[in-house]
Amino acid sequence: MRERILGGYDNFVLPFMIGIVFIITYLLIGLIRVIIHIPGPDRKKLLLSFVNPSAIYKNIRDIICDCLIHVKIFKRKAILGYMHASIAFGWFMLIVIGHIEVALYVPQRNGVLYYPVFFRYFVKQEGDITLRGAFFFFLMDFFLLLVLSGIGLAMYKRVHSMALGMRRTTKPGFADRLALYCLWAIFPLRLLAESFTAGISGGSFLTKPMNMLFQNFLSDDMHILPTWWAYSVALGLFFIAMPFSRYMHIPTEALLIVLRNAGLKVTKIRKGFAAAEIYSCSSCGLCIDACPMNTQKKNLKYSSVYFIRFLRRNRTKKINKIAEKCLMCGKCVALCPVGVDSCGIKRAQRTTVYNNLKYDYSYLTSVSHNPPTNTNEEKKSSSILYFAGCMTHLTPSIIKSMEKIFESANVDYQFADKDGGVCCGRPLIIAGKADAAKEIINKNTELIKASGCTTIVLSCPICLKVMQEDYNLKGINLIHHTQFINQLINDNKLKLSKTSDSLVYHDPCELGRGCNIYDEPRNIIQNIGELKQAQSEKLESICCGGSIGSLSLTYDDRTKITQNSVNKLLINNPDKIITACPLCLKTFKDQAPVPVEDIALLVAKNIEVA
Amino acid sequence: MNKFGYSLSPASVINLDNADKIKFKELIDLEPDVLKCMACGSCVSSCSAVNFTNSSLRSAILSLQNGLPEKAYEYLKGCMLCGKCTMICPRGINTRRLIISIFQTYNFKK
Repeated sequence: MRERILGGYDNFVLPFMIGIVFIITYLLIGLIRVIIHIPGPDRKKLLLSFVNPSAIYKNIRDIICDCLIHVKIFKRKAILGYMHASIAFGWFMLIVIGHIEVALYVPQRNGVLYYPVFFRYFVKQEGDITLRGAFFFFLMDFFLLLVLSGIGLAMYKRVHSMALGMRRTTKPGFADRLALYCLWAIFPLRLLAESFTAGISGGSFLTKPMNMLFQNFLSDDMHILPTWWAYSVALGLFFIAMPFSRYMHIPTEALLIVLRNAGLKVTKIRKGFAAAEIYSCSSCGLCIDACPMNTQKKNLKYSSVYFIRFLRRNRTKKINKIAEKCLMCGKCVALCPVGVDSCGIKRAQRTTVYNNLKYDYSYLTSVSHNPPTNTNEEKKSSSILYFAGCMTHLTPSIIKSMEKIFESANVDYQFADKDGGVCCGRPLIIAGKADAAKEIINKNTELIKASGCTTIVLSCPICLKVMQEDYNLKGINLIHHTQFINQLINDNKLKLSKTSDSLVYHDPCELGRGCNIYDEPRNIIQNIGELKQAQSEKLESICCGGSIGSLSLTYDDRTKITQNSVNKLLINNPDKIITACPLCLKTFKDQAPVPVEDIALLVAKNIEVA
Repeated sequence: MNKFGYSLSPASVINLDNADKIKFKELIDLEPDVLKCMACGSCVSSCSAVNFTNSSLRSAILSLQNGLPEKAYEYLKGCMLCGKCTMICPRGINTRRLIISIFQTYNFKK
C-alpha cells in the first residue's frame, strides 16, 4: 500500500474540510458556553466526577451503551434499535478503522483530518495483497454494509413508521430534512466512490465486485473524481446543517451523559445543563406515542419533542403553552432513549413565569405539631408518623383503612395531619412557585422534626416524591403505605384472607416512575386476589388524567385521558381496579365501569381476624 | 351614593361603577372557566388552607365580579395550590389555573 497522489491532497476534500472545521468550532464554543452557565458547585461536582474511577467507568459504559449500541432502543423494539445501532456503531467503526489504516500504511499523513475519510482515493495497491490489508478492507466493507442496512431501514421508516414500532414520528424541519437527506446520501456515495476506486486501491467483498460490475459498462476512470466530490459535498453539508438539525444529538449526547452522571440538575432554562439536554434531543418522536394527552389528535403538538424544538428556537409563547399543558407524568422522560428530562425543563420554565406571584403564608406560624385535641390519645414516644396528605383527606376511606391496618398490626403511630395539615409543597413546585414552596417545606420539616419520628408512612405518592427530593430529612425513613403494608405482611404482623377476585393494579405516575415502587403493591395484591395484567404497566403506565401537573388542561381533555387509561387497565376484564394514590382513586372512581379501590382499603377489608 | 349608617356592622356597599370590567374580560380570555362558577362553595369546604385562614375561591370570584380585587387577594393569598378544589368542583373548573390567572391578570406580584 503506497500513496498514489503526491502531496496527499485533492481539491475535492474542501467541502468536507469546511464542514468539519465549522462543526468542530461550533461544538467547542457550545461546550464553553454550557460550562460557563453551569453554577459553581455543580462545576465542582463535574470536576470531581472526572477523577473518580467509578464515575469514569460509568461514563464510559453509558456512552458505549447509549450512544453507540443504543441498548435502550433495543429493549424497546429490536429492529428500531438495530437501525440506530447499525448507523451509529458502524459509522464509529469506519472512523476508527480508517484512522488505523492511515497509521499503518501512510504514517506520514497521521493527523490530517480528511485523510482517513478519503483513504482509498489517496492510496494504491502494489503487487500482492497482504493478509493484513485484506483484513482491514474486509472490516471496512463489513461496517459499510452494516451502515447501509441501517440507512435502508431508516428510509423505509420514513414511509412506514409503524413497521418499526412507532405509531407517530415527528415532522422534520428544514435543517432536519437537509441533514437527513445528506445522511442518507453519505454512505451510498461512499460505496460508489470506493467501488470506482477499488480497481486501483483494492477493496473487499463489497467494493471489489461492484468495481468489476461497473467496469462492464462504465470502464472510464473519469467516474472516480465526481463520486468522491459528491461524497465530500454530502459530508460537508451534513456537518454544516448539523447544529440546526436533530443530528446535534450525536455529539451532545455524550456530553449529557457525563453531566448527568455527575449529578447535575436543570437550573437555568435553555442554558447550562438544560442546553445540553435540549441539544441532545434526537427528535425521534418516541415521546409522541408515550404522551397520555395524545389520545386526542389536537394535543399532538404539545409533545415534549416539540417543546424542545421550540426551546431551541426560543419561541417563548409556544414554550409556555406546552409547559403549562404537560401532565408531568414523566412517561416521556422514562421512555426517552436519550434520557432528556423534559419535565424538569418544563418546571424550570414555569418558575420563570409564576415564581413572582404574591403569596402570604404568615398563618403557618400558628400551625403546630400535634393539635391539642388529640394529645390524649396519641403516644408521644411512637416512632412512626402517618402523613396522609391533602388528597388523602378527600378520600377518607384510605385514612380509615390505614387506621384499621395500624390497629390490627398493633403498630403505634402518630397522625401528623389528622385535622388537616399543611400541603406538602409539591403542587407549588410543579406550578412553578418555588419560593412559596420553600416556605411550606421549611414548615413541614420543622413539624416532622418536632414529632421525633424515625419513619414516615405516607399515603400520597405526591408527598412521598417531594419529601424524597426536596426535603432535608436525614435519618428519617420515608415509605409509602404500600411498602409499609408489604413489610407488615412479610413480618407476619398482618394476616390477609385470600379472595377469588381478579384485580388489576394501576401504577400511579408519582409512585412508579416517580419513586420507583412497582413490586410492593403487586406483592400485596397477589396475597389477596388474582393479579391481572394491564395493557401498559410499570414504566409505561398511563396517567389517570387527574394529575396536578397540568395547569391548563381542561376537564373535558382530562376525561378523555381517564377513559383511555381505564380502557387500557380493563383489557383483561378484572373485577376491580386497585391503585395506590388518592388522586388516581378520585379520578377513576367517577369514570370506571368497575369498582376502584385504594390498596389500603383492599387490605383493610381482607384482614383475617385471629 | 348613600350609605345607611347602621352601627352594628359596617356598611357593605358594592359600587359596580368602580369595577374594572376590562381586567375581568382579560381574566375570562385567560381562563374562561371563571364564568362556570356557580358559587356553591365546594372549593371552600375542601380547602386545605381554610383550616388556618379565610381562604375562599368562591368569595374571590364574587369579589372580582363586584370590582374588589384587593378583597379577592385577601381570599387567595393563603392558597397552597394543592388542587383539592379542582377535584371537588362540580362544574369541572380548573381552579388551580384560575387562581394563578387571577394573580397574573390583577398583577398580584411580588
